[in-house]
Amino acid sequence: MLIKLTGGTVYDPASGVDGKQQDIYVQDGKIINKPTSEFLVDKEYDLKGKVVMSGAIDMHTHIGGGKGNIARTLLPEDHRNDPVASTHICRSGCGHAAPSTFITGYRYAEMGYTAGFEPAVLPINARQAHMEMGDIPILDKGGYVMLGSDDYLLRLLTAKKDQKAINDYVAWTMNAAKAIGVKVVNPGGINAFKFNQRKLDLDEQNSHYGVTPREILRVLATAVKEIGVSHPLHVHGCNLGVPGNMETTLDTIQGIGGLPMHLTHIQFHSYGTEGDFKFSSGAAKIAEAINKNKNITIDVGQILFGQTVTASGDNMRQHANHKFASPAKWVTMDIECDAGCGVVPFKYKDQNFVNALQWAIGLETFLLVEDPWRIFLTTDHPNGAPFTSYPHLIRLLMDRTFRNDVLSTIHPEAQKMTTLASIEREYTLQEIAIMTRAGAAKLIGLQNRGGLSAGNWADITIYTDNVDRQKMFEKPDYVFKDGELVVVDGKVVHTKWGTTHVVKPDYDKSIEKDLKTYFDKYLTMKVDNFKMSDDEITEDGRGSLTVHELKAVA
Amino acid sequence: MSEITEVPSPFCGIGTDDLTIKVDGLKISVVENGCTVNTPAFEHEITDTKARINSKEVSLKEAILHAASLLKNTNYPVIAGCSTDVNGMRGLLALADRIGAVVDNANFNNARKNILALQDSGWMNTTLAEIKNRCDLLLIVGADLEGFAPRFFEKYLWNEAMFLENTSDRDIIYLGTKPSGNASTSPSGKAAQVFECSNENLPEVVAVLRALLKGQQIQAESVEGISITDLTTIAEKLKAAKYGVVTWAAGALNYPHAELTVQTISEMVKDVNQTTRCSGFPLGGKEGDQTANQVCGWTTGYAARVSFTKGYPEYDPFLFETNELLNNGEVDALIWVNAFNAKANPPQTNLPTIVVARSGMTFEKEPDVFIPVGTPGIDHTGHAYRLDNVVAIRLKKLRDSGLPNTSEVLNAIEQVLREESVC
Repeated sequence: MLIKLTGGTVYDPASGVDGKQQDIYVQDGKIINKPTSEFLVDKEYDLKGKVVMSGAIDMHTHIGGGKGNIARTLLPEDHRNDPVASTHICRSGCGHAAPSTFITGYRYAEMGYTAGFEPAVLPINARQAHMEMGDIPILDKGGYVMLGSDDYLLRLLTAKKDQKAINDYVAWTMNAAKAIGVKVVNPGGINAFKFNQRKLDLDEQNSHYGVTPREILRVLATAVKEIGVSHPLHVHGCNLGVPGNMETTLDTIQGIGGLPMHLTHIQFHSYGTEGDFKFSSGAAKIAEAINKNKNITIDVGQILFGQTVTASGDNMRQHANHKFASPAKWVTMDIECDAGCGVVPFKYKDQNFVNALQWAIGLETFLLVEDPWRIFLTTDHPNGAPFTSYPHLIRLLMDRTFRNDVLSTIHPEAQKMTTLASIEREYTLQEIAIMTRAGAAKLIGLQNRGGLSAGNWADITIYTDNVDRQKMFEKPDYVFKDGELVVVDGKVVHTKWGTTHVVKPDYDKSIEKDLKTYFDKYLTMKVDNFKMSDDEITEDGRGSLTVHELKAVA
Repeated sequence: MSEITEVPSPFCGIGTDDLTIKVDGLKISVVENGCTVNTPAFEHEITDTKARINSKEVSLKEAILHAASLLKNTNYPVIAGCSTDVNGMRGLLALADRIGAVVDNANFNNARKNILALQDSGWMNTTLAEIKNRCDLLLIVGADLEGFAPRFFEKYLWNEAMFLENTSDRDIIYLGTKPSGNASTSPSGKAAQVFECSNENLPEVVAVLRALLKGQQIQAESVEGISITDLTTIAEKLKAAKYGVVTWAAGALNYPHAELTVQTISEMVKDVNQTTRCSGFPLGGKEGDQTANQVCGWTTGYAARVSFTKGYPEYDPFLFETNELLNNGEVDALIWVNAFNAKANPPQTNLPTIVVARSGMTFEKEPDVFIPVGTPGIDHTGHAYRLDNVVAIRLKKLRDSGLPNTSEVLNAIEQVLREESVC
């Protein structure tokens, strides 16, 4: 079937197209060049006056894995406010803060998203992450596997094993967990919490291993680079949420010594200690450091006001923040000498000074970081806000008047502590397309996604241009996934299954000998039963794997 | 004949995966590392291989069509049991969504005691490998741990640990039920301390223990036969331990509002964490209970007692209980799904009944449709959750029985109904 999308205004940063009227041809799920010989168009869409972008990619969203299911089980009252009935096309479920898997897929697609990446796949919980994502329709998905608080890595470091041994272990784990990236959460901190340490600064030693977060970051960032993984080490830094943590963040940037590093939900790591409440914005300094250090990418983790739930691997910090739980219930877990998790429901209030300033800090960060290829639009779903708030966030970025109107309603002391009102920048459509499409695909290392030139998979979103950007982005006219029309007028009309994106870096097979000994001696599962096989994702006939190439390593 | 090693078990809940199993045609024998739970569950023989309609053997297709015809015009069916693997639960939930059924896991009344506590105040819990490597004090409340999981001590406590020099030194304390054997005595001969009371009295005992932990003054000298001095000692030990673990089995807390006991335990664990580390560890989740709650959790937002009657999932831990629905005459058909345990029988009812269950069922009243299915981890691959609710184990296929999977059967029924609803 040949589909022609005629006359739309195309924003395709991947090929440098910025708001140009052009036709797009789709055949067998992919975008093709205009056929040179005679051809018959099976279906044509007149897109004159419409905005055409590739399908959006959420590069950091908690959509699969145990902590999400704990959050769901914890919050029946939240689901009850947003029940979703089945239709002849769609399954039923629930929405809002911790939506069910099917509703996650539908609602992302209904906003023009065609891929989402789970950033915190615990190796021991990888099966669950992939099984949950396997029940998310329409979207492509993938995961970043979490390392850094696992006892095996810390033992390697204490034993002064060389970088090659670390690289092999990281590559082995990525294969075992079917990952496309590597994440570290509160480096070594989740482990330190098990030894009753309640905080762990960048240069503070784990009381048992004597290893510091700085060392962990360095060896993991090096490993990711040396084994050729496109996505830089994905870092949830030390001291999340602690006033003054901007210094830690700046030190983390300096300390990585030019290695590629992605700092995630940086808003939660950009706090100063100035002012009457000893809580201030560090966004300007953080943005300055990011602008200067081209090896660094970030996503923001914007907070937006309202009820949500925070679900994190960082049980050390989640435990420290449990007193803010709203409603007052929370869960932490220590997990399998591997990692941990913490789930704390949260209600961000615009009349709460800290929350209001967090909101402003996130926006300052968006607006002060200059290069849209190195910053990504996230709320750290659901931690800062549910992903369904993205159209509102896009309006805040693209519409200064609207932004300042909202700013004038938040806690007055927070208004005084932010430079937001003076920032004139408004994001362009092309910059939004970079952050949510081309840049994200490039950062993750997705081949043939995130662009609209021939050879790309036909993940395409079409909007009606509207000065109210929230309205525009919350209801696309059409969404195509792999060339199939899945959404019309902001509603799912057809569902399909996306693929799971992975990389499969090589490793020295001999490391499995030591791993087997370790598993047999200390863990509760045989090492061969721990490793996921490809057919676990594909055997139900719905899932598929897309293996991406690694970078050539110098 | 073949021998398969490192076989994981979906039966015991603790995710044992070191079984060696001999397969001879359809006959299975556990050769190594069996226990009183796993060995009979694996060795259970296949007797039925054919589906039946009203006792008459029929083809699988006929049984599926008949099941679909029974369900077609129901208003309020209930799918009970819900004891199968992840894919089986996926199929079960798709069918429930299609026909507007109640989904109710057979063991939910026990799981509910934990879930209500979780949903009211939460907890700080841990998993098996953390217990194995860190636990220096295990407080067992109202549970016979070795009766629950015969190999628990051997596998997780009395062997090498990363962070304990001598695992034989671990403190084991029983509060409530006393142990049924000596598995809790360490290899060096250190015996568990047992403070016995009847489980019905645990609410008072646990409440006093928590009060002592928080430094409250207690006027009484004993509570339900346990001296305050002994309870004070337990409290001090919890505070002195580096990584204490408090475990309980909701299934053994058989008295009204046992969720309050679970909550007191969980809140006490949080209290201990003000100064040192301590974790809770609920025992449960055999034969697919956790699997049911997990898959239902991500598919609906709720644990596995959900109604789809209104077109969207509604959760009520009390109203949607199968026996209540049957006794009150609220439902109009019963589907029983249990791929693990042929001894678990569906509740008695005169309603149209469809049983999708393990081969070898003995019925007091033959159901309208019986479809024997393969057992996950024996007849087909699959996934099942361990009791700690974090680790999903990859189940192996051990033999070619030709029995269909739960998911194949339920998906096929759903498919028939979907096609009919479109026509």
